[in-house]
Amino acid sequence: MISINGLHKAFESRIRLAIMSALAVNDSLDFSSLKEFLDVTDGNLATHLKKLEKEGFIEVEKSFIDNKPNTKYFMTPEGREAFDEHLNVLEKIIKSQK
Amino acid sequence: MKEEQDYIQDIAEIRSMMERSSKFLSLSGWAGIMAGMYALAGAWIANTVLGFNPEEIFYIPSSLPKVILLALLILILALATAIYFSWKKGHKNGEKIWNATSRRLLANMAIPLLAGGILIVILISKGLIGLIAPLTLLFYGLALYNASKFTFDEVKFLGMIQVGLGLISSWFIEYGLLFWAVGFGVVHIAYGIYIHLKYER
Repeated sequence: MISINGLHKAFESRIRLAIMSALAVNDSLDFSSLKEFLDVTDGNLATHLKKLEKEGFIEVEKSFIDNKPNTKYFMTPEGREAFDEHLNVLEKIIKSQK
Repeated sequence: MKEEQDYIQDIAEIRSMMERSSKFLSLSGWAGIMAGMYALAGAWIANTVLGFNPEEIFYIPSSLPKVILLALLILILALATAIYFSWKKGHKNGEKIWNATSRRLLANMAIPLLAGGILIVILISKGLIGLIAPLTLLFYGLALYNASKFTFDEVKFLGMIQVGLGLISSWFIEYGLLFWAVGFGVVHIAYGIYIHLKYER
């Protein structure tokens, strides 16, 4: 049987899972694009991004475009590995329960 | 603890987010249908009213400025219609039409389209009018093929059909306008109807 511990805690939140899904198929995304895809408030999104950043799953790149601050987020190799592993475990759980 | 249903829901959301954040799906079938109608009307006016029918590569009809104007008008109409229907469809799905996915879609179309556009201007200035219909089909097809990863998969086939028509019509220059009407007219309408029936009902 698959232990429930195989699932990383960081992905328990569906918003964090959605952030990782979006970053998995995009080289990088800025804050406003992520916000639009997820349909969440600034504060909520920022909190979840911070948490993923602390885990080392995503990295932040701050820059200025036309004098406006622009924050880009992208997945780290560790993040990709953890996300892929998470998908594998999800798949196994669903298969084992069928 | 999560139930099996939750895990299935997790996977569904992962898939949906991956698609939503990488593909622009607010392109409407209606945009294709209308663009096709404009193209057919334009080709008909150019042929019967303006007597435009290039039979060989080197061809300079007296109605050329009017034909160019007509072509630009069709292009603007088709673009405006596409933007309008995308805006409408996006509005319904709660998606903005100027977002990360639409920007990427346009960026991937831009290089083939710009290269094609500049080449057409050069062809006009050299009087090589017979090549314009085949080459617009070819470059438009390449742009679609290149951008298809970022929207409906069907756009890939649309692109391949246009490339094919462009190549065939560059062999049969005297039928260039007919091929152009088939590619930009009939194929667009067929594609638009297909997309509408498959995704918009």
